[in-house]
Parts: sequence; structure tokens; C-alpha cells
Amino acid sequence: MPNAIYIALIPLLPLAGFLLLGLFGRRIFKNNSGVIGTLLMMCATIISLYVAYGYFFEYGKVNGVYQKLIPFKYAWLVFSKDLSIDMGITLDPISVMMLVVVTFISLMVHVFSLAYMKGEERFSTFYAFLSLFTFSMLGLVISSNIFQIYIFWELVGVSSFLLIGYYYDRPSAVAASKKAFIVTRFADLGFLIGILVLSFYSGTLDFNELISRLTAPGSDQLKAAVTSSFMGISAITWGTFLIFIGGAGKSAMFPLHVWLPDAMEGPTPVSALIHAATMVVAGVYLVARLFPVFAMAAPDSLQIVAYVGAVSALLAAVIACTQTDIKRVLAYSTMSQIGYMMFALGVAKYGGENGLGYTASMFHLFTHAMFKALLFLCAGAVIHFVHSNEMADMGGLRKKLPVTHIAFLIACLSIAGIPPFSGFFSKEEILLAAWQQNRTIYWIGLITSGMTAFYMFRLYFSIFWNRDFNDHHSAHNHHGEGGGLITIPLIILAIGSIVSGFIPFGNFVSSDGSRLATGFHASFSIMPVSIGVIGILIAGWLYKKQSDKPDKISSSLNGLYKTAYHKFYIDEIYLFITKKILFNLVGRPAAWFDRNVVDGLVNFTGNTTQVISEKIKGIQSGKVQQYAIYFLIGAIGLAALIIYW
Amino acid sequence: MQPGLNQILFISTALFFIGVYGFFTRRNLVTILMSVELVLNSVNLNFIAFNKYLWPNRLDGVFFTVFIIAIAAAEAAVAIAIIINLYRNHQSIDVEKAEEMKY
Repeated sequence: MPNAIYIALIPLLPLAGFLLLGLFGRRIFKNNSGVIGTLLMMCATIISLYVAYGYFFEYGKVNGVYQKLIPFKYAWLVFSKDLSIDMGITLDPISVMMLVVVTFISLMVHVFSLAYMKGEERFSTFYAFLSLFTFSMLGLVISSNIFQIYIFWELVGVSSFLLIGYYYDRPSAVAASKKAFIVTRFADLGFLIGILVLSFYSGTLDFNELISRLTAPGSDQLKAAVTSSFMGISAITWGTFLIFIGGAGKSAMFPLHVWLPDAMEGPTPVSALIHAATMVVAGVYLVARLFPVFAMAAPDSLQIVAYVGAVSALLAAVIACTQTDIKRVLAYSTMSQIGYMMFALGVAKYGGENGLGYTASMFHLFTHAMFKALLFLCAGAVIHFVHSNEMADMGGLRKKLPVTHIAFLIACLSIAGIPPFSGFFSKEEILLAAWQQNRTIYWIGLITSGMTAFYMFRLYFSIFWNRDFNDHHSAHNHHGEGGGLITIPLIILAIGSIVSGFIPFGNFVSSDGSRLATGFHASFSIMPVSIGVIGILIAGWLYKKQSDKPDKISSSLNGLYKTAYHKFYIDEIYLFITKKILFNLVGRPAAWFDRNVVDGLVNFTGNTTQVISEKIKGIQSGKVQQYAIYFLIGAIGLAALIIYW
Repeated sequence: MQPGLNQILFISTALFFIGVYGFFTRRNLVTILMSVELVLNSVNLNFIAFNKYLWPNRLDGVFFTVFIIAIAAAEAAVAIAIIINLYRNHQSIDVEKAEEMKY
């Protein structure tokens, strides 16, 4: 059993960074707040790597099965003997993996931001917010209690809100941060109700207890949860489904994905950290955390997870093919890849070979964090150089930004699933799991995989090839790639994107903790890889040289192209529902009621008091003799009362 | 002719209401103070009269009267201090003019 204190340091160091930089950053650490934040993050990364080493290779495994360890637990709010909200630390394969992912990506982003955000007026505030985010995300992954995870879940939402709205003088950024907050909050309502349902039936908030009570066949709690039903659906399915809504909101699953593309208004390193690599996988993590309940007690919810994931993956891929803002393309590709992780979980079953999807999902989460953070940081480097997000302003950058070019190419190959890059391995595993369990989802995944390759290479060719970079605004392009602070994180992440695929993930992470052999099936891989290659070739044919072919194709697909370009009008539908229907039917009557009845009551009281006081204020005339007369009248009245009563 | 209790009570009641009337109608603070003294003295008269006619062998009423005279002296000192301060602030001792404490 490891010592709890140094594990607790992993989230506490970023918290210290937040407090330090948030309270004193503007005055005392004005010049070195970035360095302080980065150093604290580095310590946290080293500790979490040490914990990961210890867990996976020394004390985590007992009889060939990875145990769930709880080195620290403190009962924070005790409601009854069984029911309490604890603050604890859980170590199990997925939480340890997430610790490594979050601290590592966060460290890379901290380093990158040293150069990228240099000269910003609110530089220390930025680092304070980054630290707050990292703290809450780390707290989320090590939670031992479902309510603890909810607390950190909301903290993550707040810090994401703060970071999206970092440029608060831009109306679009303010709108985006509000949108992200409201959409995820709306989803969190589902999460909260789900928590209440599950904890009501299981009688506990503790993850271990909850999972063991709701998965033990024949336990009273499970029986109660399965037999009681609402609208013909059992309570446990409702509970898990509502929790999945919370996860879908954070993970930007269809139809709650609308906030993610807008969230790209935040600074690019933030997009890399929060909206690509860590926070958006919180939903996947949440489903994985409760996976035994989903798999054993609520297979219907798991089906929903699978289909929502698959639909999101495909939809996002289609939209990504048409977008022209590079960060938006990356945002939709994130959504698509998270859809992959979701449906991989959805097709998995608990234990043994059937749990392949679970391992694959976590594997993809890991590799995706690497290459997606890399893609975003590369995009950051490109935007830093071009001062624009639009593809039209780019092209021919491969000579100007050689390191970024190579790193971006590696990341694209990885996400396209080309061997031997990491995305290939995790994606193969996901597709294999889908093939074994659900063919429909397999085909959706396969099509998506081809489209992923296409739009990623569309992006790649548009940025780095297409035409020569026109230097007409070279006056403010005098800086080159941006020095070591920009390139070193790119190089490290590129190496990570190459080698992380070779980790035998099944050895470490599986649905039941025991070793899962994940073979490499050459014959199975032929199809996805060749589809990926075809996607790349089409993208190369269309976008490598400047031509009018893409325009021709898009105009021949007029309706479809337009629909996809407008993101299937989902935003418009939401706007219609909220503005036209909700505002008119609920908002306006409520406003009328508020203005007339509630305000009216308050105003009436106020006005009456005022009128009366206006009338009687003459009594207090300031004339002493009048007061004396009142006194006399009172005295006479009292005397009369006493005498004649 | 020896005056009876009734006659004395009549005088003291008259004195009391003269005082009260002066208290309410005068504008000059010094006159008001004098009216208060009238009221107090009517009370003194009552004490003395009751003491003499009802309990002639006891002295409680007389002692009360002595106390009241002492207190009236102290009260007069305080009241004159207030009057002086009022005069300093308003250049007048008209109570009608000292009405800053209204609503």
C-alpha cells in the first residue's frame, strides 16, 4: 500500500499553484508566474509517474488482478452510518492512467504556454486558471465517492468556463464560455439526478460499495433497482442513463456537443488541454468508472452509450470535412474520437475477452490525449505564426515551420490510423471490439475512420502544402517557429504519439483488472488501414496543389455540403427551441408573472407603507411641546383607563 | 380660619394646571422651566397637606418635599445648561425654532 501523502500531493500541488498565482500573481510573481506554475506541474507529473510505476509494477497487482486501492479516505459529510460524502483517493488502472495523462499533457501545455501566452496582460491569471483546472481534473480522476466526483466535475466545468472566456473583451469568447457552461450544466442536472437515483437504490455514495451492491446478483439493492420502474424502464437503467447524460454533456456527445466547437474561442493551449485531451474525456472516464454497473445491471444504457457514441463519431466527422477554421476542424475531430471511445465502451461487456472494448476505449483515450494535444499545440504554433485561424490564410508553411510540420504529420498519421503510429493500435482495437459485438457500429466506425483520415489530411495539406505561403504580411511574421518552448513540447508529444501505441495496454487496463491479451490481427487491419490510406489519397489529390476541385465537389454536393457546413443546423434548432418555444411559452409568462405578481406584491407593500408614512409623519414634528401634549394625552388616557375600567 | 385639606388641594391642583398650561403654551424655554417648577411645587404642596392632615405624627411627606426641592434645584441647573447650549446654537431660546429632529 502506498503512502497517501505523496499521492495527495498530485492534486494539491496545482491547487497550491492556483492559490499562489491567483492571490499574488499579479503583484509578486508578475514575471515568473509561468515558471512557478510549470515547476509545480513538473513535480506533480514526476510524482504521478512514480505512482504509476509503483502501482503497475509493484503493489497494484495481487494474484494477477489489479486491485482497487484506497490509500486515503476522509468522511467529509456524514449523513448516516452508511451514507457519507467522502474525500478519498482511489488507485485503479484507469485512475492511475488518467493521473499520468492529465499531469503529462498539462505539463506540456504549461511549457508551451510560456512562449505562446508571453506578453499577455493576464499571464498569471491564465496560469492560475490552468492550475485550477488541473487540480480539479486530478481530483476528479482519483475520486472515491460519486459525490466527490460530482464536486470536481463542477469545478472542472467552472475552470473550463473561466478559460474559454479568458479573452473576456471578445463578445464571441464570452458567448462561448456561457454556452459551454450552460450546456454542460444542463447535462449535469441529469448527472445529479442519476447520482440520486443510484445512491437511493444502493444506499451508499461510495464507488466501491455502490458497484459491488448493484452488481452482485441477487442483492436486495439490485433487486429493488431492477424491479421498480418509471415509464416502463427500470430504475437502474434510468440512473445509469442519467449519469451518462452528464458524461455526454462534458464529453460533447450528440446532441449536447454544441458547446465544444465554440469553446475554441479560448486560447489554443487551453483547447489542447481541456477541450481535446483531458476534460472532454471525463464523460468517458465516468462511464468507465461505473462500467461494471453499466455492463452487468443496465445493458440497455450501455446500448444507448454505444449508439450515441457512434452517431456522434460519424456526425462530427461529416461536419469536420466542411469546416474551414482549423481549430473547429480539430474540435469536431475530438468529438468524433470521443465518440469512438464511447461506442467502444458501449460494445464492451464485463470481464474476459468480451471486455476488449473497455481496454480499447481506455487505450484510445490515452493515445488520443497524446496526438490530439499535439495537433492542438501544432495548430497553436501555426496560428501564432499566421495570426489567423482560417485555412484560407495558410498554405505552404512546411518550410517556415519545419518542426511543427513534422509533428503535425505524425499526429495526422496517428489519428488516421496508419501503422505504426499510436492511433492505429487503439483504433484497431476499438474496431475489433465493435466487429465482435455489433456489426452496425463497426461499419459506422469504419466509415468514420476513413473520413477522419480525409479531413485530417485536408487540414494538413491546406496548412502545409496547397500553395506557397504569401509573405505579404511578413512584417509581423519576423519571428520564426518560436524557439524551444514551442518546439520541445511538440517533439515530446510527437514521440509520445509514436511510442504510446506499443504499450501492451491489455496488460494494465481491463474491465475486471486481470490481464487481457490483445493480439495484433494483420488480416483484420487491412480494411481500416486501406480505408485510411484512401482517405489520405483523396485529401492529397484534392488539396495538395491549389485547385478548384474541392469547390467543384462541394458545389455538386450542394445541399449536403451546406447542411454539413452549417453543422446540420443543430445550433439553429436549439436556438429555435429555446428562443421561439421556451422563451415564448415559459420565459415570457414567467417574466410576466414575475413582473406583475411577484414584483407587484412587493411594490404594493412598499407603496402602502410609503403612503401611510407620508400621512402620519407629521406626528414627529420636532416640536418638543407637541410631544409633551401627546405624553399628557397618553397619561390622561391611562389614568382614565385605570379609574373607569 | 384654619384652611381644610380641600382648600389646599384646590390650590395645588390650580397650581399644577397653571404649570401644565404654561409648559404647553410658552415658547420661551426659561418660562417653560418656570412652569415645570410650578408643577413640582404643586406636588410639594400635596405632600405637605396629606402629611399634615392625614398622618400628623409622621414626617414622610416632609422628607419627600425636601428631596423634591433638591432635585428641582439640580434639574434647574441641568435645564439652564441646556438652554445656554441651545442659545449658542440658535441665538434664541424659542423652542419652536429648535425643530431639527423632525421626520
